[in-house]
Amino acid sequence: MHVCTGAHSPFPLLGKQSMDYIFDAISGAFALIFSFDTEVYTIVLLSLRVALSATVVASVLGIPLAYVVATREFAGKDLLITIFNTLMALPTVVVGLFCYSFLSRRGPLGFLELLFTPSGIILGDVILAFPLIVGLTIAAVHSVDPRAKATAVSLGASPRQVSVTILKEARFGLMAALFNGFGRVIAEVGSAIMLGGNIRGYTRTVTTAIALETSKGEFAFGMALGIILLVLALMVNFTFRRLQTTSRR
Amino acid sequence: MKALRTILAVLMLTVFLAGTAAAQERLKLSSTTSTDNTGLLAYLLPEFEAKTGIRVDVIAVGTGKALKLAENGDVDVTLVHAPSSEQAFVDAGFGVNRREVMANYFVIVGPEKDPAGVGAAANAEEAFRRIAGSGLPFVSRGDNSGTHIKEQSIWKTVLGDLPTGKNWYLESGKGMGETLTIADEKMGYTLSDSGTFLKYSDKVDLGMLFVKASDMLYNPYGIIAVNPARQPHVNYDGAMRLIAFMTSPEGQKLIGDFKDKYGNTLFTPLAGE
Repeated sequence: MHVCTGAHSPFPLLGKQSMDYIFDAISGAFALIFSFDTEVYTIVLLSLRVALSATVVASVLGIPLAYVVATREFAGKDLLITIFNTLMALPTVVVGLFCYSFLSRRGPLGFLELLFTPSGIILGDVILAFPLIVGLTIAAVHSVDPRAKATAVSLGASPRQVSVTILKEARFGLMAALFNGFGRVIAEVGSAIMLGGNIRGYTRTVTTAIALETSKGEFAFGMALGIILLVLALMVNFTFRRLQTTSRR
Repeated sequence: MKALRTILAVLMLTVFLAGTAAAQERLKLSSTTSTDNTGLLAYLLPEFEAKTGIRVDVIAVGTGKALKLAENGDVDVTLVHAPSSEQAFVDAGFGVNRREVMANYFVIVGPEKDPAGVGAAANAEEAFRRIAGSGLPFVSRGDNSGTHIKEQSIWKTVLGDLPTGKNWYLESGKGMGETLTIADEKMGYTLSDSGTFLKYSDKVDLGMLFVKASDMLYNPYGIIAVNPARQPHVNYDGAMRLIAFMTSPEGQKLIGDFKDKYGNTLFTPLAGE
């Protein structure tokens, strides 16, 4: 069988230089961004949508819970906080496996048909972000000056107003919790690939695309996507930071 | 900063709405990463969609997982290249209507200088014997894929047992592409399907050393519909239409015409005969 093969590396004596990948990746990233390639933009928008959705859901569930845990005294409080902190180290692929066993047709939640959909990825990401947001919010609330609560109560604040006051005082810590949660889920691949299936045009996120391209030996392309992801995360964080600082006026 | 908030709200709305997919019939196909990486599915399935309006979602994973997803009913149809596993799958009642769609051959690849003299071997068994004798690295898939099962059967014929534990036998546990990369780095040998190797040939310094169309190295691809009696919710109709398409004269011609960027044909259509 006659076979045509392509040229080898332009550096035959030195072999494939690893620096090739990095330079190619940087120029590749710019080329990808400005090419307005629909496939790349679909991937990027999906990553953004999934990560934002998961962070929002995990925050809506987690911040009130964290506030209650941080401000009340009860038996087993320390143990609970330790558990949340430990769950921050959950490997993403383990979360993926765990959710798969529920979402698979064989599992109890199979009828929801969430497997291999973006919503399935969001579910896994909520589980990943939740302990992070809760743990960090508890720490943030704990670090609020106790006089803030005392002042609010003495001014006649209702419990709801007290909680709002304390959370406002803790807002920098809260922001850190949200950034961390968002960062964790936008960068993860283990769960997204398991629950999403990396389906082209449907559940392929930036990270699962990087995994695919790397497995195909397309290292420069994989790195270029990685750079795009960082730029995306930078833009999101920058936007929220602007909102945060401008709200102080 | 009302303007900024409005921009943000609009952005978030766009992002969320971008996710809503149109209502279109979908079919879930599990296949192997090597099959997907050849680009065949990306070439073939749009033709199927144009003809039938069915959008096929491809979940490309290892052979074992592809069959497991089919067994669990998480996909509607599966396309793999592991005849013994496929037969077991059908015998157990998980799949129906297995059809052989296409085939290629496994090839033994290694360093272009071929220190073990694999190229001069008369058959695959002798080639493997030479590799074992040379002490040079052999990278195994180690992942129960079709390629792995084939490679293991050759080792059993040649050595009587698997060379597990020998320091020259490296089990990557990874897909074909990554295994080729490891073989390249280690300057060793491996067994690969021809399609994947041709795709990777410009990325690795390996050469196709043993290329003979023998029964031992035959690599047929089978497509199987998930048994609707076991998994009533699957899109059985869509699965049968895909199988019909791939085994039709039109589908078979498309498969036979599929070439990589260097003009090599990657698959031989089977169902036409």
